[in-house]
Amino acid sequence: METRLANVEAAAKAAQSAGDNAWMLTSAALVLMMTGPGLALFYGGLVRSKNVLSTMMHSFSLMAVVTVLWAVAGYSFAFAEGTPFLGDLRYLFLNGVGSAPNADYAATIPQQTYMIYQLMFAIITPALISGAFAERMKFSAMLLFTVLWMFVVYFPMAHMVWGKGGFLNAFLGGKIPCFDFAGGTVVHITSGVSALVCALYLGKRQGYPAESMKPHSLVLSLIGACLLWVGWFGFNAGSALAASSLATSAFVATHFGAAAAALGWMLAEWLHSGKPSMLGGISGAVAGLVAITPASGFVKPFPALLIGFAAGIVCFLMVTAVKRRFGYDDTLDAFGVHGAGGTLGAILTGVFATNAVNDGLKDANGKLLPLGWVDGNAMQVVNQLGGVAISWVLALVGTLVILKICSLVLGGVRATEDDERQGLDLSMHGEEGYNLDA
Amino acid sequence: MKKIEAVIQPHKLEEVREALKNIGIDGMTITEVRGHGRQKGHKEIYRGMEYHVDLLPKIKIETVVADSRSEEVIQAIAGSARSGKIGDGKIFVFEVADAVRIRNEDRGEGAL
Repeated sequence: METRLANVEAAAKAAQSAGDNAWMLTSAALVLMMTGPGLALFYGGLVRSKNVLSTMMHSFSLMAVVTVLWAVAGYSFAFAEGTPFLGDLRYLFLNGVGSAPNADYAATIPQQTYMIYQLMFAIITPALISGAFAERMKFSAMLLFTVLWMFVVYFPMAHMVWGKGGFLNAFLGGKIPCFDFAGGTVVHITSGVSALVCALYLGKRQGYPAESMKPHSLVLSLIGACLLWVGWFGFNAGSALAASSLATSAFVATHFGAAAAALGWMLAEWLHSGKPSMLGGISGAVAGLVAITPASGFVKPFPALLIGFAAGIVCFLMVTAVKRRFGYDDTLDAFGVHGAGGTLGAILTGVFATNAVNDGLKDANGKLLPLGWVDGNAMQVVNQLGGVAISWVLALVGTLVILKICSLVLGGVRATEDDERQGLDLSMHGEEGYNLDA
Repeated sequence: MKKIEAVIQPHKLEEVREALKNIGIDGMTITEVRGHGRQKGHKEIYRGMEYHVDLLPKIKIETVVADSRSEEVIQAIAGSARSGKIGDGKIFVFEVADAVRIRNEDRGEGAL
């Protein structure tokens, strides 16, 4: 009897583990698909045809570069226990990261699954920044910048929010309990704010804004944006770290946020300039996905619609009115969409987070604690602002210092005037995207 | 000989070719060009960046014919390319000094 019971228990555990692992491996693949080809197509279509490959190379090359960094040290810095600001070196070279689960993070899947899943987030984050310096940064500078940026900004930020004992980790003993389900601060604020710094540091593209810099293929961008939308289910629903009802809830919130934001942006555009555009629709969808990212595992479906709709309108104003007012050349609006959308989403998470969706916080007696303002915990909005402030400052200061270092080491981070005029595809990579006479 | 150069709306190309074929003109050179006369262009907006596009896509047809056929060809092109709206295009007529068929060095009208 005892043995049979133990056997049944082991079988049930194995079944859950199999289900969770299947979903998490699928999610990891979905998140990789967001970078390549999702973001590569989205960004690639938005630049001029002479820069399509160089822009796609930003995304694609990071799939290789960040993976190696992650394996060597990145995972350890981000997810090993250590100080509140950075993990220690226990997982250096993935030492001890194998088939046994790490119960602090995800008790039912191999730690190796968790490691590869988190890697995909680390890949897309610097790729998002590339939208700000597209069409004018040297490839060597892009590589050095990213490597340094991962160590200075990403690994510390991921550790603070998601790592055990991290300064902002609401669930594993953080000083400021900040809710960030899938990376509103870690991914979108850091990348978006760093993008703004890059845009300001590099200066405008030659001829901006007098010359025509129309997107060369919104068809590619549409395909990319839709791949991002689908991949985002892995990003957000996968962040439940199990094939659970929380994953379903995050999936629904994600989809609702994207849909409402696409509508919000198109509506704003329709009222403002007379026509709703395809580019507006897909930009809105991405803005909504960004904003719902931190909230996705904490909010009900209708607040998700609201967050998305707000993001559609706010990000529209950011890339039109605000960008024009200040005159910076954020080529593909990485700041306007990811910086602004991420900030808005992080704050609204504090408003709409509810323990009816997420039962992760309980008191000593097992009673659910209130999460956001809707649960009666208005203080959470302040906690969220704390997380926002830290990610803004880290991204601002870190990126500026890194750009200075890159400039010193490489003699400037910007392509020469001739290289930029010729297009980075030819000048950096010696090839062209479209050889129509071939 | 006359060279007749017509800049027309792209969607009128097939009608013009048909009209020229009907009067026995088969040889021509077609180029995709951009330009404008009195026609106003349009506005495109990408994330708030406005672009005024006034060089619009057109088709340029070039054909060289004997002097005697010039008027007939002009009428055929004008008749078939006309929609009556601004932007229908223009026809220019040039004197041609000589023509050479590269294959066998036929000269003048015999080379057409």
